[in-house]
Amino acid sequence: MNWLSPTLVEALIAMSKALVILLAAVLLGAVMTVVERRLLGLWQDRHGPNRVGPFGSLQLVADMIKIFFKEDWIPPFADRPLFVLAPAIAMASLLLSFMVIPITPGWGVADLHIGLLFFLAMAGINVYAVLFGGWSSGNKYALIGAMRASAQTLSYEVFMGLSLMGVVAMADSFNLREIVNAQTTVWFVIPQFFGFCTFLIAGIAVTHRHPFDQPEAEQELADGYHIEYSSMKFGMFFIGEYVGMVLISALIVTLFFGGWHGPLLPPIVWFMLKTAVFLVLFVLLRAALPRPRYDRVMSFGWKICLPLTLINLLVTGAVILIVG
Amino acid sequence: MNEETSGLVAQYWAIGFFVFAVLALCTFMIVAASLLGGRSQGRSKTLPYESGILGTGSARQRYSVKFYLVAMLFVIFDIEAVFLFAWAVSLREVGWTGFLGAAVFIFILLAGLVYDTRVGALDWAPKGRTPRP
Repeated sequence: MNWLSPTLVEALIAMSKALVILLAAVLLGAVMTVVERRLLGLWQDRHGPNRVGPFGSLQLVADMIKIFFKEDWIPPFADRPLFVLAPAIAMASLLLSFMVIPITPGWGVADLHIGLLFFLAMAGINVYAVLFGGWSSGNKYALIGAMRASAQTLSYEVFMGLSLMGVVAMADSFNLREIVNAQTTVWFVIPQFFGFCTFLIAGIAVTHRHPFDQPEAEQELADGYHIEYSSMKFGMFFIGEYVGMVLISALIVTLFFGGWHGPLLPPIVWFMLKTAVFLVLFVLLRAALPRPRYDRVMSFGWKICLPLTLINLLVTGAVILIVG
Repeated sequence: MNEETSGLVAQYWAIGFFVFAVLALCTFMIVAASLLGGRSQGRSKTLPYESGILGTGSARQRYSVKFYLVAMLFVIFDIEAVFLFAWAVSLREVGWTGFLGAAVFIFILLAGLVYDTRVGALDWAPKGRTPRP
């Protein structure tokens, strides 16, 4: 066993951990599609999917089988390369962001110094998925949906980064592991409450979740930018949305709620519990809130959230300099 | 190799493998679905879906100039946000001098935002067409 040097063993362990994190992220995203329908059923006084397997637990398997065997339709009027590329971008950009999230002291793929910037970059790339998908479909509904979606995502990405800068200033680092370690005494949600609020709103808008899902408004646009998609390509947009939801929840926990820190229970349990709370919050928002009008959404982002994050950052800077 | 370098090497392998695995997963999902799915023909299947109405013209249309305006505003404000990222991470190092610079910068940004609001660049519809609340 000469070739099995300690470095190689360490690399293999790190790679298998990376694989586990990736599979957990995809699986959680897929499971959330069913959990959301069950929870919506609960809150809307109906059953939700409960036929396949005991209490509908096998619904996910049925959905996967069905979606894999659907006709993979690429319309003749579509732009083929972009049409195929778009769902891959939608899923890959969000999955890659899981790389920088520290789950427990021992788990996490990359300990990047630019961790937070990497996430913001990936969130930026995610806009291309919507834009390519909508434009290449060669469908007017898809085009309108894509334009709306990208305009909305851009508007909310402007202050998404700024809303996190208060946290960065307090932790003095872009490294997510250091940000978590800076929260041993007090969670950043308390000193950075406005940062938390604006990031939550931006996160919901960037993943096109309800109540910011005008781009795919079923009643007006017959589903928006993925109208011509079928089979697994649609599935990738669909799962991508839920993966985004998991990602934003995990990021909120990491940045504002102390990550794995917590008494008694092991770190992994704390991290998962906190993430689960935010996942349920995402579903609850969908169940509880009506969809606002598009112009209101846009002006809310530009006129309220953007100035709020700028002032929040300035005040945070002043307080840090006065105290420290 | 000492311990720290060994840890870094392991991390780079993990990053490379993660990127590879993500790309492999996406490729697998697209290719497998295109091989497994059935095929069918239909008379109206090659038309774009427009809620059952025959479409007029192609989807390569001009769209509202508002979207271009949002894109321009995004470029302006996001690039200025990037300067603030650099300030946020070095806040303690640059001290009050840096704070003063950042404050001036933020106030110019806010003034620009107020100006945009006043000239109506952020209103989605022109004044006369805005529905009353």
